[in-house]
Amino acid sequence: MTTAVPVKPRKTWTPGQIVLTLLGTAVSVVLLAPLLWGLFTSLKSETEAVEVPPHWLPEDWTGQAWKALFETGNITSWFVNSLVVSVCVTFLVVLVSALAGYGFARTEFRGKGALMGLVMSGLMVSPAVLGVPLFTTVQQMGMVDTYWGMILPQCAPAAMVYILYKFFQGVPRELEEAAFIDGAGRWRVFLTIVVPLSRPSLSAVGIFTFIASWNNFLWPYMVTNNPDLMTMPNGIATVMNSYGIQWAQLMAGGLMAGLPLIVVFVFFQRQIVAGVAHTGLAGQ
Amino acid sequence: MTTADTVLAPARARTAATSATLRRKQGFQHGGWFVAPFLLLFTLFVIWPLLRGVYLSLTDANITGADAHFIGLDNYREALRDPLMWDALGHSAYFTLLVVPCITVLALLLAMLAHHIERGKWLWRLCFFAPFLLPSTVAGNLWQWLFNPGTGMINHVSGGDTPWLTDKSYAMLAVVVETLWWTVGFSFLLYLAALQSIPAHLYEAAKLDGANAWHRTVHITLPMLRNITGLVIALQILASLQVFDQAVVMMDFGPGPESSTRTFVQYTLEEGFTSYRVGYASAISIIFFVIIAAVALARMWLLRNRTEEATR
Repeated sequence: MTTAVPVKPRKTWTPGQIVLTLLGTAVSVVLLAPLLWGLFTSLKSETEAVEVPPHWLPEDWTGQAWKALFETGNITSWFVNSLVVSVCVTFLVVLVSALAGYGFARTEFRGKGALMGLVMSGLMVSPAVLGVPLFTTVQQMGMVDTYWGMILPQCAPAAMVYILYKFFQGVPRELEEAAFIDGAGRWRVFLTIVVPLSRPSLSAVGIFTFIASWNNFLWPYMVTNNPDLMTMPNGIATVMNSYGIQWAQLMAGGLMAGLPLIVVFVFFQRQIVAGVAHTGLAGQ
Repeated sequence: MTTADTVLAPARARTAATSATLRRKQGFQHGGWFVAPFLLLFTLFVIWPLLRGVYLSLTDANITGADAHFIGLDNYREALRDPLMWDALGHSAYFTLLVVPCITVLALLLAMLAHHIERGKWLWRLCFFAPFLLPSTVAGNLWQWLFNPGTGMINHVSGGDTPWLTDKSYAMLAVVVETLWWTVGFSFLLYLAALQSIPAHLYEAAKLDGANAWHRTVHITLPMLRNITGLVIALQILASLQVFDQAVVMMDFGPGPESSTRTFVQYTLEEGFTSYRVGYASAISIIFFVIIAAVALARMWLLRNRTEEATR
Protein backbone atom coordinates (compact mmCIF):
# COMPACT_ATOMS: atom_id res chain seq x y z
CA MET A 1 0.00 0.00 0.00
CA THR A 2 2.17 2.80 -1.21
CA THR A 3 -0.77 5.09 -1.85
CA ALA A 4 -1.78 5.10 1.82
CA VAL A 5 -0.51 8.66 2.35
CA PRO A 6 -3.70 10.70 2.44
CA VAL A 7 -3.69 13.35 -0.24
CA LYS A 8 -5.85 16.34 0.53
CA PRO A 9 -8.23 16.62 -2.41
CA ARG A 10 -7.62 19.80 -4.39
CA LYS A 11 -10.55 22.17 -4.39
CA THR A 12 -11.56 22.63 -7.99
CA TRP A 13 -14.26 24.75 -9.55
CA THR A 14 -16.53 22.01 -10.80
CA PRO A 15 -19.85 23.17 -12.30
CA GLY A 16 -21.60 21.92 -9.17
CA GLN A 17 -19.39 24.05 -6.93
CA ILE A 18 -19.97 27.12 -9.08
CA VAL A 19 -23.75 26.70 -8.87
CA LEU A 20 -23.64 26.13 -5.11
CA THR A 21 -21.38 29.13 -4.53
CA LEU A 22 -23.66 31.37 -6.57
CA LEU A 23 -26.65 30.07 -4.63
CA GLY A 24 -24.85 30.69 -1.34
CA THR A 25 -24.01 34.22 -2.42
CA ALA A 26 -27.62 34.92 -3.37
CA VAL A 27 -28.88 33.63 -0.02
CA SER A 28 -26.26 35.66 1.84
CA VAL A 29 -27.28 38.82 -0.01
CA VAL A 30 -30.92 38.27 0.93
CA LEU A 31 -30.03 37.61 4.57
CA LEU A 32 -27.65 40.54 4.88
CA ALA A 33 -29.78 43.06 2.93
CA PRO A 34 -31.88 44.06 5.99
CA LEU A 35 -28.70 44.74 7.96
CA LEU A 36 -27.25 46.84 5.15
CA TRP A 37 -30.55 48.70 4.84
CA GLY A 38 -30.29 49.51 8.55
CA LEU A 39 -26.68 50.64 8.17
CA PHE A 40 -27.43 52.88 5.18
CA THR A 41 -30.47 54.34 6.93
CA SER A 42 -28.30 55.26 9.90
CA LEU A 43 -26.03 57.22 7.55
CA LYS A 44 -28.86 59.31 6.10
CA SER A 45 -30.29 62.47 7.57
CA GLU A 46 -33.62 62.02 9.38
CA THR A 47 -35.49 63.73 6.54
CA GLU A 48 -33.81 61.66 3.84
CA ALA A 49 -34.52 58.48 5.83
CA VAL A 50 -38.28 58.90 5.49
CA GLU A 51 -38.31 60.01 1.85
CA VAL A 52 -40.81 58.25 -0.43
CA PRO A 53 -39.91 56.26 -2.48
CA PRO A 54 -37.04 54.84 -0.43
CA HIS A 55 -33.59 54.38 -1.91
CA TRP A 56 -30.74 52.16 -0.75
CA LEU A 57 -27.72 54.47 -0.61
CA PRO A 58 -27.75 57.83 1.14
CA GLU A 59 -27.49 60.77 -1.25
CA ASP A 60 -25.79 62.75 1.49
CA TRP A 61 -23.61 60.54 3.62
CA THR A 62 -23.81 61.95 7.12
CA GLY A 63 -22.82 60.78 10.58
CA GLN A 64 -25.45 63.08 12.06
CA ALA A 65 -27.63 60.31 13.48
CA TRP A 66 -24.65 58.65 15.15
CA LYS A 67 -23.53 61.96 16.60
CA ALA A 68 -27.00 62.76 17.92
CA LEU A 69 -27.23 59.29 19.40
CA PHE A 70 -24.21 59.88 21.59
CA GLU A 71 -24.98 63.49 22.41
CA THR A 72 -28.65 63.36 23.34
CA GLY A 73 -29.57 59.89 24.52
CA ASN A 74 -28.44 57.65 27.38
CA ILE A 75 -26.95 55.17 24.95
CA THR A 76 -23.58 55.09 26.69
CA SER A 77 -25.11 54.28 30.06
CA TRP A 78 -27.27 51.57 28.42
CA PHE A 79 -24.13 50.13 26.89
CA VAL A 80 -22.38 50.08 30.26
CA ASN A 81 -25.45 48.56 31.94
CA SER A 82 -25.62 45.84 29.29
CA LEU A 83 -21.95 45.09 29.81
CA VAL A 84 -22.25 44.97 33.63
CA VAL A 85 -25.34 42.76 33.55
CA SER A 86 -24.05 40.37 30.86
CA VAL A 87 -20.60 39.98 32.41
CA CYS A 88 -22.03 39.33 35.89
CA VAL A 89 -24.64 36.90 34.56
CA THR A 90 -22.03 35.03 32.50
CA PHE A 91 -19.60 34.78 35.42
CA LEU A 92 -22.26 33.58 37.85
CA VAL A 93 -23.84 31.13 35.42
CA VAL A 94 -20.53 29.49 34.50
CA LEU A 95 -19.50 29.25 38.16
CA VAL A 96 -22.81 28.01 39.51
CA SER A 97 -23.65 25.59 36.71
CA ALA A 98 -20.13 24.11 36.59
CA LEU A 99 -20.30 23.36 40.32
CA ALA A 100 -23.80 21.96 40.11
CA GLY A 101 -23.12 19.95 36.96
CA TYR A 102 -20.11 18.37 38.63
CA GLY A 103 -22.03 17.79 41.85
CA PHE A 104 -24.78 15.96 40.01
CA ALA A 105 -22.41 14.00 37.77
CA ARG A 106 -19.78 12.88 40.25
CA THR A 107 -20.83 13.16 43.86
CA GLU A 108 -23.39 11.37 45.95
CA PHE A 109 -25.74 13.03 48.38
CA ARG A 110 -29.15 12.36 49.78
CA GLY A 111 -32.03 13.19 47.46
CA LYS A 112 -29.86 13.58 44.36
CA GLY A 113 -32.26 11.82 42.03
CA ALA A 114 -35.23 13.89 43.15
CA LEU A 115 -33.25 17.13 42.83
CA MET A 116 -32.13 16.20 39.32
CA GLY A 117 -35.78 15.69 38.39
CA LEU A 118 -36.59 19.09 39.81
CA VAL A 119 -33.84 20.70 37.74
CA MET A 120 -35.20 19.03 34.61
CA SER A 121 -38.63 20.47 35.32
CA GLY A 122 -36.96 23.87 35.67
CA LEU A 123 -36.22 23.68 31.93
CA MET A 124 -39.86 24.57 31.33
CA VAL A 125 -39.90 27.75 33.41
CA SER A 126 -38.80 31.09 31.95
CA PRO A 127 -39.69 34.74 32.51
CA ALA A 128 -41.99 34.43 29.50
CA VAL A 129 -43.93 31.62 31.13
CA LEU A 130 -44.03 32.82 34.73
CA GLY A 131 -43.26 36.52 34.37
CA VAL A 132 -45.87 37.93 36.71
CA PRO A 133 -45.19 35.65 39.73
CA LEU A 134 -41.43 36.05 39.16
CA PHE A 135 -41.85 39.81 39.18
CA THR A 136 -43.82 39.79 42.43
CA THR A 137 -41.12 37.55 43.98
CA VAL A 138 -38.38 39.99 42.97
CA GLN A 139 -40.58 42.83 44.19
CA GLN A 140 -40.88 41.15 47.60
CA MET A 141 -37.09 40.98 47.79
CA GLY A 142 -36.93 44.71 47.09
CA MET A 143 -34.89 44.21 43.93
CA VAL A 144 -37.10 45.97 41.38
CA ASP A 145 -35.10 48.69 39.56
CA THR A 146 -31.73 47.33 40.71
CA TYR A 147 -28.80 45.61 39.00
CA TRP A 148 -29.28 42.57 41.23
CA GLY A 149 -32.91 42.35 40.22
CA MET A 150 -31.84 42.19 36.58
CA ILE A 151 -28.91 39.83 37.15
CA LEU A 152 -29.87 37.18 39.70
CA PRO A 153 -33.07 35.83 38.09
CA GLN A 154 -30.99 35.10 34.95
CA CYS A 155 -28.55 32.99 37.00
CA ALA A 156 -30.52 29.80 37.61
CA PRO A 157 -30.13 28.14 34.21
CA ALA A 158 -31.27 24.53 34.48
CA ALA A 159 -30.28 23.98 30.84
CA MET A 160 -26.63 24.88 31.42
CA VAL A 161 -26.46 22.63 34.49
CA TYR A 162 -27.84 19.81 32.38
CA ILE A 163 -25.34 20.37 29.56
CA LEU A 164 -22.36 20.43 31.93
CA TYR A 165 -23.74 17.44 33.86
CA LYS A 166 -23.73 15.49 30.60
CA PHE A 167 -20.19 16.62 29.86
CA PHE A 168 -18.75 15.83 33.30
CA GLN A 169 -20.18 12.32 33.09
CA GLY A 170 -17.79 11.75 30.20
CA VAL A 171 -14.63 12.76 32.08
CA PRO A 172 -12.68 9.57 32.87
CA ARG A 173 -13.03 8.65 36.54
CA GLU A 174 -9.51 7.16 36.64
CA LEU A 175 -7.97 10.64 36.35
CA GLU A 176 -9.83 11.78 39.43
CA GLU A 177 -9.20 8.63 41.41
CA ALA A 178 -5.47 8.78 40.84
CA ALA A 179 -5.51 12.27 42.32
CA PHE A 180 -7.56 11.15 45.33
CA ILE A 181 -4.90 8.50 46.05
CA ASP A 182 -2.31 11.26 46.05
CA GLY A 183 -4.33 12.90 48.78
CA ALA A 184 -6.12 15.60 46.83
CA GLY A 185 -9.61 16.52 48.02
CA ARG A 186 -12.76 16.91 45.95
CA TRP A 187 -12.28 20.61 45.46
CA ARG A 188 -8.68 20.28 44.38
CA VAL A 189 -9.57 17.55 41.94
CA PHE A 190 -12.36 19.69 40.56
CA LEU A 191 -10.20 22.79 40.16
CA THR A 192 -6.94 21.25 38.94
CA ILE A 193 -8.17 18.31 36.86
CA VAL A 194 -11.81 18.62 35.87
CA VAL A 195 -12.00 22.34 35.10
CA PRO A 196 -8.94 22.43 32.80
CA LEU A 197 -10.26 19.38 30.93
CA SER A 198 -13.63 20.96 30.34
CA ARG A 199 -12.50 24.34 29.14
CA PRO A 200 -14.23 23.99 25.71
CA SER A 201 -17.58 23.15 27.30
CA LEU A 202 -17.27 25.88 29.88
CA SER A 203 -16.45 28.46 27.23
CA ALA A 204 -19.38 27.29 25.11
CA VAL A 205 -21.69 27.77 28.09
CA GLY A 206 -20.09 31.15 28.76
CA ILE A 207 -20.40 32.43 25.21
CA PHE A 208 -24.02 31.34 24.96
CA THR A 209 -24.94 32.85 28.27
CA PHE A 210 -23.31 36.11 27.22
CA ILE A 211 -25.23 36.23 23.93
CA ALA A 212 -28.52 35.37 25.63
CA SER A 213 -28.00 37.88 28.40
CA TRP A 214 -26.81 40.69 26.13
CA ASN A 215 -29.88 40.20 23.95
CA ASN A 216 -32.34 39.57 26.77
CA PHE A 217 -35.23 41.98 26.50
CA LEU A 218 -38.20 40.56 28.37
CA TRP A 219 -36.79 40.33 31.89
CA PRO A 220 -35.01 43.72 32.00
CA TYR A 221 -38.14 45.20 30.44
CA MET A 222 -40.27 43.82 33.25
CA VAL A 223 -37.96 44.59 36.13
CA THR A 224 -36.96 48.18 35.38
CA ASN A 225 -38.42 51.24 33.76
CA ASN A 226 -35.72 53.56 34.98
CA PRO A 227 -33.92 54.85 31.84
CA ASP A 228 -30.62 55.04 33.75
CA LEU A 229 -30.71 51.32 34.54
CA MET A 230 -31.88 49.98 31.19
CA THR A 231 -29.83 47.64 29.03
CA MET A 232 -29.30 48.23 25.30
CA PRO A 233 -32.23 46.19 23.89
CA ASN A 234 -34.58 47.57 26.50
CA GLY A 235 -33.55 51.20 26.16
CA ILE A 236 -33.67 51.13 22.38
CA ALA A 237 -37.07 49.45 22.30
CA THR A 238 -38.80 51.55 24.92
CA VAL A 239 -37.18 54.98 25.20
CA MET A 240 -36.14 55.47 21.56
CA ASN A 241 -39.52 54.20 20.36
CA SER A 242 -41.58 56.32 22.70
CA TYR A 243 -41.39 59.83 21.26
CA GLY A 244 -41.90 59.85 17.46
CA ILE A 245 -39.39 57.38 16.07
CA GLN A 246 -36.30 58.91 14.48
CA TRP A 247 -35.39 56.11 12.15
CA ALA A 248 -31.79 57.04 11.37
CA GLN A 249 -30.99 57.29 15.06
CA LEU A 250 -32.92 54.14 15.89
CA MET A 251 -30.96 52.18 13.28
CA ALA A 252 -27.67 53.57 14.57
CA GLY A 253 -28.62 52.52 18.11
CA GLY A 254 -29.68 49.08 16.94
CA LEU A 255 -26.40 48.52 15.13
CA MET A 256 -24.52 49.60 18.22
CA ALA A 257 -26.43 47.00 20.23
CA GLY A 258 -25.82 44.27 17.66
CA LEU A 259 -22.24 45.02 16.71
CA PRO A 260 -20.44 43.70 19.83
CA LEU A 261 -21.90 40.23 19.36
CA ILE A 262 -21.09 40.14 15.66
CA VAL A 263 -17.49 41.01 16.56
CA VAL A 264 -17.51 38.31 19.27
CA PHE A 265 -18.80 35.84 16.71
CA VAL A 266 -16.14 36.67 14.15
CA PHE A 267 -13.40 36.10 16.73
CA PHE A 268 -14.85 33.06 18.52
CA GLN A 269 -16.53 31.46 15.54
CA ARG A 270 -14.93 28.06 15.97
CA GLN A 271 -15.78 27.86 19.68
CA ILE A 272 -19.36 28.97 19.06
CA VAL A 273 -19.95 26.45 16.30
CA ALA A 274 -18.35 23.71 18.43
CA GLY A 275 -20.47 24.90 21.33
CA VAL A 276 -23.71 24.66 19.37
CA ALA A 277 -22.71 21.22 18.15
CA HIS A 278 -21.85 20.15 21.64
CA THR A 279 -24.88 21.54 23.43
CA GLY A 280 -27.24 20.62 20.62
CA LEU A 281 -25.99 17.10 20.29
CA ALA A 282 -26.14 16.73 24.08
CA GLY A 283 -29.82 17.56 23.92
CA GLN A 284 -30.65 15.03 21.20
CA MET B 1 7.89 3.63 30.73
CA THR B 2 8.45 0.26 32.36
CA THR B 3 9.82 1.79 35.53
CA ALA B 4 6.87 4.09 35.73
CA ASP B 5 4.62 1.09 35.34
CA THR B 6 6.23 -0.82 38.17
CA VAL B 7 6.07 2.21 40.40
CA LEU B 8 2.46 2.87 39.54
CA ALA B 9 1.27 -0.71 39.66
CA PRO B 10 0.72 -0.92 43.44
CA ALA B 11 -1.00 2.43 43.39
CA ARG B 12 -3.32 1.20 40.64
CA ALA B 13 -4.16 -1.92 42.60
CA ARG B 14 -4.95 0.22 45.57
CA THR B 15 -7.10 2.49 43.41
CA ALA B 16 -9.26 -0.36 42.29
CA ALA B 17 -9.67 -1.73 45.80
CA THR B 18 -10.52 1.53 47.49
CA SER B 19 -12.19 3.50 44.74
CA ALA B 20 -15.69 2.42 45.68
CA THR B 21 -15.30 3.48 49.30
CA LEU B 22 -13.42 6.59 48.30
CA ARG B 23 -16.09 7.54 45.86
CA ARG B 24 -18.72 7.21 48.52
CA LYS B 25 -16.76 8.98 51.23
CA GLN B 26 -15.46 11.88 49.14
CA GLY B 27 -18.81 12.35 47.53
CA PHE B 28 -20.78 12.25 50.69
CA GLN B 29 -18.61 14.85 52.35
CA HIS B 30 -18.83 17.49 49.69
CA GLY B 31 -21.53 16.63 47.20
CA GLY B 32 -24.13 18.90 48.68
CA TRP B 33 -21.84 21.89 48.63
CA PHE B 34 -21.27 21.67 44.90
CA VAL B 35 -24.95 21.98 44.07
CA ALA B 36 -25.81 24.37 46.93
CA PRO B 37 -25.25 27.71 45.14
CA PHE B 38 -27.28 26.62 42.15
CA LEU B 39 -30.05 25.22 44.31
CA LEU B 40 -30.27 28.46 46.25
CA LEU B 41 -30.73 30.54 43.08
CA PHE B 42 -32.98 27.89 41.54
CA THR B 43 -35.22 27.83 44.60
CA LEU B 44 -35.46 31.61 44.81
CA PHE B 45 -36.07 32.34 41.12
CA VAL B 46 -37.72 29.21 39.71
CA ILE B 47 -39.34 27.03 42.38
CA TRP B 48 -40.55 29.86 44.60
CA PRO B 49 -42.12 31.91 41.76
CA LEU B 50 -43.82 28.75 40.52
CA LEU B 51 -45.32 27.99 43.95
CA ARG B 52 -46.13 31.64 44.44
CA GLY B 53 -47.83 31.70 41.06
CA VAL B 54 -50.03 28.78 42.09
CA TYR B 55 -50.89 30.55 45.36
CA LEU B 56 -51.57 33.91 43.71
CA SER B 57 -53.74 32.27 41.06
CA LEU B 58 -56.15 31.29 43.85
CA THR B 59 -56.47 34.89 45.08
CA ASP B 60 -57.66 38.23 43.78
CA ALA B 61 -54.24 39.85 44.43
CA ASN B 62 -53.38 43.14 42.74
CA ILE B 63 -49.90 44.49 41.94
CA THR B 64 -49.29 45.89 45.44
CA GLY B 65 -49.97 42.51 47.06
CA ALA B 66 -52.19 44.12 49.72
CA ASP B 67 -55.70 42.84 50.58
CA ALA B 68 -55.50 39.60 48.65
CA HIS B 69 -58.42 37.27 49.31
CA PHE B 70 -58.57 33.56 48.68
CA ILE B 71 -61.16 33.00 45.96
CA GLY B 72 -60.61 29.34 45.10
CA LEU B 73 -60.70 28.41 41.43
CA ASP B 74 -62.61 31.49 40.31
CA ASN B 75 -59.67 32.83 38.27
CA TYR B 76 -59.40 29.55 36.38
CA ARG B 77 -63.16 29.46 35.75
CA GLU B 78 -62.97 33.00 34.41
CA ALA B 79 -59.93 32.19 32.24
CA LEU B 80 -61.65 29.25 30.54
CA ARG B 81 -64.53 31.56 29.56
CA ASP B 82 -62.27 34.49 28.62
CA PRO B 83 -62.40 35.00 24.83
CA LEU B 84 -59.31 37.25 24.96
CA MET B 85 -57.28 34.46 26.52
CA TRP B 86 -58.37 32.00 23.85
CA ASP B 87 -57.62 34.58 21.14
CA ALA B 88 -54.14 35.15 22.55
CA LEU B 89 -53.54 31.41 22.75
CA GLY B 90 -54.78 31.09 19.17
CA HIS B 91 -52.38 33.81 17.96
CA SER B 92 -49.39 32.15 19.63
CA ALA B 93 -50.44 28.76 18.24
CA TYR B 94 -50.95 30.17 14.73
CA PHE B 95 -47.51 31.78 14.89
CA THR B 96 -45.99 28.47 16.03
CA LEU B 97 -47.76 26.54 13.29
CA LEU B 98 -46.32 28.85 10.61
CA VAL B 99 -42.82 29.28 12.02
CA VAL B 100 -41.87 25.72 13.01
CA PRO B 101 -42.16 23.90 9.66
CA CYS B 102 -40.70 26.83 7.68
CA ILE B 103 -37.72 27.27 9.95
CA THR B 104 -36.97 23.54 10.05
CA VAL B 105 -36.92 23.24 6.25
CA LEU B 106 -35.03 26.49 5.71
CA ALA B 107 -32.42 25.66 8.33
CA LEU B 108 -31.86 22.24 6.78
CA LEU B 109 -31.50 23.68 3.27
CA LEU B 110 -29.09 26.38 4.45
CA ALA B 111 -27.03 23.82 6.35
CA MET B 112 -26.78 21.50 3.34
CA LEU B 113 -25.77 24.45 1.19
CA ALA B 114 -23.06 25.62 3.62
CA HIS B 115 -21.90 22.03 4.12
CA HIS B 116 -21.40 21.34 0.43
CA ILE B 117 -19.68 24.55 -0.64
CA GLU B 118 -15.99 23.80 -0.36
CA ARG B 119 -14.58 27.29 -0.19
CA GLY B 120 -14.97 29.96 2.48
CA LYS B 121 -16.93 27.88 4.99
CA TRP B 122 -16.49 30.45 7.76
CA LEU B 123 -17.95 33.17 5.55
CA TRP B 124 -21.20 31.26 4.83
CA ARG B 125 -21.53 30.39 8.49
CA LEU B 126 -21.13 34.04 9.43
CA CYS B 127 -23.59 35.30 6.79
CA PHE B 128 -26.29 32.73 7.63
CA PHE B 129 -25.91 33.11 11.40
CA ALA B 130 -25.43 36.90 11.68
CA PRO B 131 -29.11 37.92 12.08
CA PHE B 132 -29.44 35.70 15.15
CA LEU B 133 -26.84 37.83 16.92
CA LEU B 134 -29.08 40.89 16.95
CA PRO B 135 -31.18 41.60 20.04
CA SER B 136 -34.83 40.70 19.45
CA THR B 137 -35.90 44.32 19.73
CA VAL B 138 -33.35 45.52 17.18
CA ALA B 139 -34.45 42.85 14.70
CA GLY B 140 -38.06 43.85 15.36
CA ASN B 141 -37.37 47.54 14.73
CA LEU B 142 -35.42 46.75 11.58
CA TRP B 143 -38.35 44.83 10.09
CA GLN B 144 -40.91 47.32 11.30
CA TRP B 145 -38.90 49.78 9.22
CA LEU B 146 -38.66 47.39 6.25
CA PHE B 147 -42.39 46.64 6.33
CA ASN B 148 -43.32 50.30 6.67
CA PRO B 149 -45.90 50.84 3.90
CA GLY B 150 -44.54 54.10 2.43
CA THR B 151 -40.90 54.38 3.38
CA GLY B 152 -40.08 50.67 3.74
CA MET B 153 -38.04 48.58 1.34
CA ILE B 154 -40.31 45.50 1.19
CA ASN B 155 -43.14 47.15 -0.69
CA HIS B 156 -40.69 49.18 -2.77
CA VAL B 157 -38.76 46.10 -3.93
CA SER B 158 -41.84 43.93 -4.46
CA GLY B 159 -43.70 46.78 -6.12
CA GLY B 160 -46.81 46.21 -4.01
CA ASP B 161 -48.56 48.36 -1.46
CA THR B 162 -49.45 45.71 1.11
CA PRO B 163 -50.45 47.18 4.49
CA TRP B 164 -48.20 44.71 6.31
CA LEU B 165 -48.37 46.12 9.81
CA THR B 166 -51.83 47.67 9.79
CA ASP B 167 -54.05 44.94 8.34
CA LYS B 168 -54.99 41.98 10.48
CA SER B 169 -54.57 39.44 7.69
CA TYR B 170 -50.90 40.45 7.18
CA ALA B 171 -49.69 41.54 10.61
CA MET B 172 -48.89 38.11 12.01
CA LEU B 173 -47.33 37.07 8.68
CA ALA B 174 -44.98 40.04 8.98
CA VAL B 175 -43.96 38.86 12.45
CA VAL B 176 -43.43 35.34 11.08
CA VAL B 177 -41.21 36.58 8.25
CA GLU B 178 -39.16 38.64 10.71
CA THR B 179 -38.80 35.63 12.99
CA LEU B 180 -37.67 33.34 10.17
CA TRP B 181 -34.98 35.83 9.18
CA TRP B 182 -33.89 36.45 12.74
CA THR B 183 -33.78 32.92 14.20
CA VAL B 184 -33.10 30.54 11.30
CA GLY B 185 -29.36 30.82 12.04
CA PHE B 186 -29.59 28.93 15.31
CA SER B 187 -31.25 25.84 13.84
CA PHE B 188 -28.94 26.16 10.85
CA LEU B 189 -25.91 25.76 13.12
CA LEU B 190 -27.47 22.72 14.82
CA TYR B 191 -28.06 21.08 11.44
CA LEU B 192 -24.59 22.00 10.20
CA ALA B 193 -22.99 20.38 13.26
CA ALA B 194 -25.10 17.27 12.74
CA LEU B 195 -24.14 17.09 9.04
CA GLN B 196 -20.47 17.32 9.92
CA SER B 197 -20.78 14.47 12.39
CA ILE B 198 -22.11 11.97 9.80
CA PRO B 199 -19.22 9.53 9.16
CA ALA B 200 -17.76 9.98 5.67
CA HIS B 201 -17.36 6.23 5.12
CA LEU B 202 -21.13 5.85 4.82
CA TYR B 203 -21.09 8.07 1.73
CA GLU B 204 -18.02 6.35 0.31
CA ALA B 205 -19.64 2.94 0.68
CA ALA B 206 -22.81 4.18 -0.99
CA LYS B 207 -20.79 5.68 -3.83
CA LEU B 208 -19.10 2.33 -4.40
CA ASP B 209 -22.55 0.77 -4.58
CA GLY B 210 -23.45 3.26 -7.29
CA ALA B 211 -25.82 5.52 -5.34
CA ASN B 212 -26.13 9.00 -6.85
CA ALA B 213 -26.23 12.27 -4.91
CA TRP B 214 -30.02 12.22 -4.58
CA HIS B 215 -30.05 8.66 -3.23
CA ARG B 216 -27.24 9.45 -0.81
CA THR B 217 -29.22 12.41 0.53
CA VAL B 218 -32.47 10.51 0.91
CA HIS B 219 -31.05 7.26 2.26
CA ILE B 220 -28.10 8.47 4.34
CA THR B 221 -28.28 12.17 5.17
CA LEU B 222 -31.95 12.51 6.06
CA PRO B 223 -32.17 9.38 8.26
CA MET B 224 -28.97 10.41 10.05
CA LEU B 225 -30.55 13.80 10.77
CA ARG B 226 -33.66 12.32 12.38
CA ASN B 227 -32.63 13.01 15.97
CA ILE B 228 -31.45 16.55 15.37
CA THR B 229 -34.69 17.29 13.51
CA GLY B 230 -36.62 16.17 16.58
CA LEU B 231 -34.53 18.50 18.70
CA VAL B 232 -34.91 21.46 16.31
CA ILE B 233 -38.68 21.01 16.14
CA ALA B 234 -39.05 20.67 19.91
CA LEU B 235 -36.89 23.73 20.66
CA GLN B 236 -38.74 25.75 18.02
CA ILE B 237 -42.19 24.80 19.32
CA LEU B 238 -41.25 25.76 22.87
CA ALA B 239 -39.63 29.05 21.79
CA SER B 240 -42.41 29.97 19.34
CA LEU B 241 -45.22 29.45 21.83
CA GLN B 242 -43.40 31.96 24.05
CA VAL B 243 -43.15 34.60 21.29
CA PHE B 244 -43.35 38.15 22.62
CA ASP B 245 -40.45 40.53 21.93
CA GLN B 246 -40.54 40.93 18.16
CA ALA B 247 -44.36 41.07 18.01
CA VAL B 248 -44.68 43.93 20.49
CA VAL B 249 -41.76 45.86 19.03
CA MET B 250 -43.12 45.62 15.48
CA MET B 251 -46.55 46.76 16.69
CA ASP B 252 -45.29 49.69 18.80
CA PHE B 253 -46.06 47.81 22.04
CA GLY B 254 -49.71 47.47 21.11
CA PRO B 255 -51.72 44.34 20.28
CA GLY B 256 -51.51 44.89 16.52
CA PRO B 257 -54.35 45.62 14.08
CA GLU B 258 -57.64 44.39 15.61
CA SER B 259 -55.53 42.74 18.34
CA SER B 260 -54.36 40.18 15.79
CA THR B 261 -50.79 39.89 17.12
CA ARG B 262 -51.56 39.85 20.84
CA THR B 263 -49.66 36.77 22.00
CA PHE B 264 -50.23 34.74 25.12
CA VAL B 265 -47.21 36.18 26.93
CA GLN B 266 -48.33 39.69 26.04
CA TYR B 267 -51.81 39.00 27.42
CA THR B 268 -50.46 37.74 30.76
CA LEU B 269 -48.24 40.81 31.09
CA GLU B 270 -51.11 43.15 30.19
CA GLU B 271 -53.34 41.56 32.80
CA GLY B 272 -50.58 41.72 35.42
CA PHE B 273 -48.94 45.07 34.77
CA THR B 274 -51.57 47.12 32.94
CA SER B 275 -54.78 45.91 34.57
CA TYR B 276 -52.89 45.11 37.82
CA ARG B 277 -54.79 41.82 38.14
CA VAL B 278 -51.88 39.77 39.48
CA GLY B 279 -54.12 36.93 40.68
CA TYR B 280 -55.75 36.48 37.28
CA ALA B 281 -52.45 36.94 35.42
CA SER B 282 -50.93 34.22 37.63
CA ALA B 283 -53.79 31.86 36.82
CA ILE B 284 -53.31 32.21 33.06
CA SER B 285 -49.53 31.94 33.54
CA ILE B 286 -50.06 28.61 35.29
CA ILE B 287 -52.31 27.47 32.43
CA PHE B 288 -49.50 28.46 30.06
CA PHE B 289 -46.95 26.59 32.16
CA VAL B 290 -49.10 23.45 31.93
CA ILE B 291 -49.23 23.77 28.13
CA ILE B 292 -45.45 24.24 27.87
CA ALA B 293 -44.83 21.33 30.25
CA ALA B 294 -47.18 19.13 28.21
CA VAL B 295 -45.20 19.86 25.03
CA ALA B 296 -41.90 19.14 26.78
CA LEU B 297 -43.20 15.92 28.32
CA ALA B 298 -44.64 14.79 25.00
CA ARG B 299 -41.20 15.13 23.47
CA MET B 300 -39.60 13.14 26.29
CA TRP B 301 -42.24 10.45 25.87
CA LEU B 302 -41.65 10.30 22.09
CA LEU B 303 -37.90 10.08 22.63
CA ARG B 304 -38.28 7.22 25.10
CA ASN B 305 -40.54 5.30 22.76
CA ARG B 306 -38.04 5.73 19.98
CA THR B 307 -35.11 4.50 22.07
CA GLU B 308 -37.15 1.49 23.15
CA GLU B 309 -37.98 0.81 19.53
CA ALA B 310 -34.29 1.03 18.63
CA THR B 311 -33.16 -1.33 21.38
CA ARG B 312 -35.90 -3.87 20.79
